[in-house]
Amino acid sequence: MEDFSSRKLIDLFRLIAVRMSDARRELGALDGAIGDADHGNSMAEGFAAIVRAIAADDDRPPAEVMLLAGQSFLSAVGATTGPLYASAMLAAANGLDGKTTVSAADVAGLVPAFADGIAKRGHARPGDKTMMDAWAPAARAVLEAEKAGLAPIVRLSRARAAAIAGRDDTRAMMAAVGRAASLGPRSLGHIDPGAASAVIIIAALHEWLHAQRPPVPEKAQ
Amino acid sequence: MQRLLNNPDDLVDETVAGFVKAHRDLVHLSPDNARVVVSNFAPKAGRVGIVTGGGSGHEPAFIGYAGRNLVDAVAVGEIFSSPTAKSFADAIRAADGGAGVAVLYGNYAGDNMNVKMAARMATKEGIDVATVVANDDVCSAPTTEREKRRGVAGEIFMWKIGGAKAATGASLAEVQAAAQKAIDACRSVGVGLGPCTLPAVGHPNFAIAPGTMEVGIGHHGEPGTRVELLKPANDVADDMLKIVMDDHALPAGSEVAVLVSGLGATSVNELYVLYDRIETGLTALGMKVHSALVGNYFTSLEMVGATLTVMALDDELKALFDTDCACAAL
Repeated sequence: MEDFSSRKLIDLFRLIAVRMSDARRELGALDGAIGDADHGNSMAEGFAAIVRAIAADDDRPPAEVMLLAGQSFLSAVGATTGPLYASAMLAAANGLDGKTTVSAADVAGLVPAFADGIAKRGHARPGDKTMMDAWAPAARAVLEAEKAGLAPIVRLSRARAAAIAGRDDTRAMMAAVGRAASLGPRSLGHIDPGAASAVIIIAALHEWLHAQRPPVPEKAQ
Repeated sequence: MQRLLNNPDDLVDETVAGFVKAHRDLVHLSPDNARVVVSNFAPKAGRVGIVTGGGSGHEPAFIGYAGRNLVDAVAVGEIFSSPTAKSFADAIRAADGGAGVAVLYGNYAGDNMNVKMAARMATKEGIDVATVVANDDVCSAPTTEREKRRGVAGEIFMWKIGGAKAATGASLAEVQAAAQKAIDACRSVGVGLGPCTLPAVGHPNFAIAPGTMEVGIGHHGEPGTRVELLKPANDVADDMLKIVMDDHALPAGSEVAVLVSGLGATSVNELYVLYDRIETGLTALGMKVHSALVGNYFTSLEMVGATLTVMALDDELKALFDTDCACAAL
């Protein structure tokens, strides 16, 4: 698989934005159970803001695209979500520093980079019923698959599966940090909306990389 | 419940729009950011700027405390949700008169993160930024973990003291120290008798069974320390005062400022009933009430209930407390 230009990175963010917009209502409903019902709106608007900011210029190196993505997300989204994803993208930008193109392995590497940035900013531990309950297992899955010599697309499919399992596990958790922590035991029985939107991002990374496979030549008639 | 609403998604913008129209003698909307309300008296060259911010739904907090010798700029968030780092940064820029800016805000995860990031942005631009985090809510963590306590209505006293100190021409470090001293001298407690509903959600985000009350409830319905049968107002007032004063441990003869705030759907009559008993209790403890505020100063949408804040005053805090000021909420 060829490496990707910054233009393709913009395309990747566009896909995440579309998937987030599709999930706007579903995320809003999850957040309505334990939060303020605006998680769908804020995630959709945050990624839309990224696309607006980065689409203006496709000549920036990948690290700068990622940095601008983080800054525009931070300007659009408040609560803890804004700073956490801004930190995720900043961590990813550091990892892409000096590169002129992005490889498939780099795309898979966005998962551990995002997880690292979020963990450093938010200090949430596994089981706290936050987005980390999806990001942490997904990051581990990428790193383990990488160690096992598996292809980037497989790393991302494992990450997606791990994130989904992590998201579903949040149903049985009691929120310990973040805004749902204010509900204590009342948060039991509900999926964490932050973990749900994390799955959407990770699934979109997988979907996008999957779609970048070289076209299969058509059979001669 | 029946509400006066247009589209719930527009609630915050429409609140701010109405607020700046009603109080155009005191405040205006930042030309750069529709989520920043700026005092007409800011910035003042050579004076430390005062910034706060937080989620909406607590009106008149936070915007109602922008004014003269008080808060210079307020970052406005969604309902019960921290403002963006950009809004905090824009508020800091609007408040900057060249002597630095003190951001005085409440201890919540989102606000902590966004203020920290905003402070970094402003510092890069050459603005000195200091922060003070309010943690006056007694029931949100034990005394040994005060740094974990949330900030509630004591923030009003912190802004009043910080704004008054800045008005004296004090340095950023001095303003920060005064605001810190103010919040360290504050203890607060809340009781909830009925939940609130975020308009966009449409159902209460927690339940309080009829005939019961939750002692120690937080400003967003954070669970309290105990649920018990609703009692006569005097008994509730006694409980609130005991929680606050046990944590305070003030010597007899101390002077205090008292704030009794409704949470949104409790009548002002009831607040005065509570205050009557609270002042009686304070006097019995040997306290001298220097000043009292009773009304809807820091609400939580239409939550039923009230909060009590007691601030201990020394000579410095008393002088600053008495500094003349003007804002929509006081």
